[in-house]
Amino acid sequence: MNPQASTSPLSYDVVIIGAGPAGMAAAHRAARHQLNVLLLDEQPEVGGQIYRSINSTDPQREAILGPDYRHGHALAAQVAEHVAAGRLTYWPNTAVWQVDTDKTLHVLRDNRPVTVQAQAIIVASGAMERPFPVPGWTLPGVMTAGAGQILLKSASLVPSEPVVLAGCGPLLYLLAVQYLRAGVKIRAILDTTAGTDWKLAWRHGRGLLKGWRYAHKGLSMLREIKNAEVPFYRGIEDLRLEGTDALERVRFSADGRQHSLDAKLCLLHQGVVPNTQITWSLRAEHEWDTDQLCWVPTLTEWCELSVPGIYVAGDGASIGGALVAALQGDLAALGVLRQLNPTGHAGLSQEAATLRAEIASHLAIRPFLNRQYRPRDAFRIPEDDVLVCRCEEVTAGSIREQVALGCTGPNQTKSFSRCGMGPCQGRMCGLTVTEVIAQASGQSPQDVGYYRIRPPIKALTLGQLAQIDP
Amino acid sequence: MTLAARFTRPARAQGNRPPARPASARSSDVIIVGGGLQGLSSAVHLARRGVSVRLLEAEYCGRHSSGVNAGGVRTLGRHVAEIPLSLAARDRIWHHMEEFAGHDGGFVPSGQLQVCETDADVAAAKARIAELEALGYTHETWADQATVRELVPSMSHHVLGGIWVKDDGYAYPYHVVTAFRASAERAGAEILEQQRVTRLWHEAGVWHVQTQRGTYEAPIVINTAGAWAGELAEQVGDPVPLLADGLMLMVTQRVAPFVEPVLGAMGRPLSFKQYANGTVVIGGSLRCEADPVGRHAIVDMATMRNSAITVTDLFPHLRNMQVVRAWAGVEGFLPDQIPVIGPSVASPGVFHAFGFSAHGFELSPIIGEIMADLVEHGESRLPIHPFRVNRFTQQENT
Repeated sequence: MNPQASTSPLSYDVVIIGAGPAGMAAAHRAARHQLNVLLLDEQPEVGGQIYRSINSTDPQREAILGPDYRHGHALAAQVAEHVAAGRLTYWPNTAVWQVDTDKTLHVLRDNRPVTVQAQAIIVASGAMERPFPVPGWTLPGVMTAGAGQILLKSASLVPSEPVVLAGCGPLLYLLAVQYLRAGVKIRAILDTTAGTDWKLAWRHGRGLLKGWRYAHKGLSMLREIKNAEVPFYRGIEDLRLEGTDALERVRFSADGRQHSLDAKLCLLHQGVVPNTQITWSLRAEHEWDTDQLCWVPTLTEWCELSVPGIYVAGDGASIGGALVAALQGDLAALGVLRQLNPTGHAGLSQEAATLRAEIASHLAIRPFLNRQYRPRDAFRIPEDDVLVCRCEEVTAGSIREQVALGCTGPNQTKSFSRCGMGPCQGRMCGLTVTEVIAQASGQSPQDVGYYRIRPPIKALTLGQLAQIDP
Repeated sequence: MTLAARFTRPARAQGNRPPARPASARSSDVIIVGGGLQGLSSAVHLARRGVSVRLLEAEYCGRHSSGVNAGGVRTLGRHVAEIPLSLAARDRIWHHMEEFAGHDGGFVPSGQLQVCETDADVAAAKARIAELEALGYTHETWADQATVRELVPSMSHHVLGGIWVKDDGYAYPYHVVTAFRASAERAGAEILEQQRVTRLWHEAGVWHVQTQRGTYEAPIVINTAGAWAGELAEQVGDPVPLLADGLMLMVTQRVAPFVEPVLGAMGRPLSFKQYANGTVVIGGSLRCEADPVGRHAIVDMATMRNSAITVTDLFPHLRNMQVVRAWAGVEGFLPDQIPVIGPSVASPGVFHAFGFSAHGFELSPIIGEIMADLVEHGESRLPIHPFRVNRFTQQENT
């Protein structure tokens, strides 16, 4: 038996889930104000996905990853300083498998179950890649660009074969540039956006101007790709990944012409969306974001959920990027300070207002980016023969049949076909299922809703469950 | 062939006989309140007899216990009063489910085994079998240690024997819900979802049933509102001590087949089965808090620990198997753990079937027949006296 099993659960003022930019910034603020803070993260190091392995990156890899990656150093250094001074408890290798509305957290720390009680929780669990359901997306040899980037950041692993990159969104181009710097041969880049709507871009001109740094970054990445003379195809339609046991070729039409490229590796990406597994599991309110085509938790101006005392910051709240995430982390920590001591902090409202203005200025370019990188309907709402739920092998056609049988939402199709009930807990199919049902039943995604997310949010073994505190 | 293609679409009019559809937008012969399995089964049986039926469901059909239960088709271990009903359901309907509902609901006659781990368990099991034999029931039989090992070779060797029922099995709850629903609609029943009943009253010889979307009328009302049936019973003058509680289950990742029968344990609560897809569904009286107003139950993983301990005791090799998901359905429990089935005592024209206390799945196909018999003939062919609605108040008075 665990000798600590009989002691009362560990207790903190605030528990921060995730040590990416939002979580690190929140921890810094909360620790500076002498709160009893626990920062926990699944990875062995702070940084999150964007600044993954920030503390153990050698200069060569850092040159490949680019200057943005280094912004994470300042945040990581602050966290390290608080930890060294005993002002912050930091648990790496810790996965949260259940959060209760009474702010109890059930975690696996180094694979052992531990229960933690908090006054407030900041969920900074970031983003995940949007599913890209096209024919053949489940073949070996097809990965997401995010997975490719994680291999690069944490293990310096790059493809040995020429790679096809297909999709849209800044991460796809960033990975292309990083691969080029690392000497990887890129067979082709397939741009699946509808193309730039310059009239619309002009309308967002003010936002573009305010977000010049982002625009400049995007243009310089494209220039680097162009200079490397990578074959670049635009206006992609009918993208099909083909092969018998593994990927052999990528077929598509570009600007009306058919193409087939032999390839053993294809990385897909069409943007990132908030990882809302924890907030849905809390039955918090969510809204369908018609610009970003994803669910976002409904938040107060202090980043608080409809569940009191639980806050969300960073890309888990809405996609805004690393700089916005850090500012939101800071803002959410101010929200926690206000909650724990409503009258004790002079100037808190002023500080929050300044943060909100700064966030707004960073977000000015978002409407343009949302348009520019909007994944097209055909790549989100697939044809009948395409697999939607990879775990349980449910096709879009099967979901449409279930709608005809009277299933009006994802929870009915789940009960009917086990769609979304596999080990990924619906992360890989949830958005697709909502949109397929919405299209088939003529409802809005908001009315269709999402899966009820149930614990354990992260896989737990029967042996571990047998060990938890009664 | 896809799963959905194996179900028959609910065609609006099929066959030669015109379906018994509700007479008008407002009135019908019968209103059923609650689209769980008991309500849907009642709709199937009644509509097939030419009765016009309108069913009102507060959320969507099978949302709670009916759609998300463990799927056990079990006569084993039943309360003596339930045995005739459960045998009728199993032998007359479950084993012929495709004929009955146009789809087999995933029924597998895998057998059910209740294992004994101690000498006390063995004594209790043998006493139970003897008690049933004295009443004339022979469906529960003793399986000795060798038989148990033959039935489940992967089970821990400390198991001493068990009670074995070879014709029991399991099915897929939501498939049964869908099949019943489609059958009811084919027979002409009208099923309205998102219609939460707020009030019912008797006026000018008919019952008026009000939902947030409208008021419906019928001379007969069937209360199959599950965990929410207590309020309706109270409104018609039949107060019952019904408790809404959550009931939890968990499911694991897929693993190679290692157990065929559904398992229970004699000395501790357990419900355990491996589905054809390799996943293992684990439960066993795992109660949790329910919020009947918010209409959901709150999963409490700490309570599930006990089942994890039981399972890893019986199958030590499952220690590293991943739990993928835990969930809970809201269920209605009665103090004596058997349901209310029968006519209202206070209000003529009202019939109840609720409070199945976590074992209504197997009974559901026969409950509809009982309700149809009560509506049509005023009595049931099966013995339902033990389930009368006023048994709690009667006991208090004596």
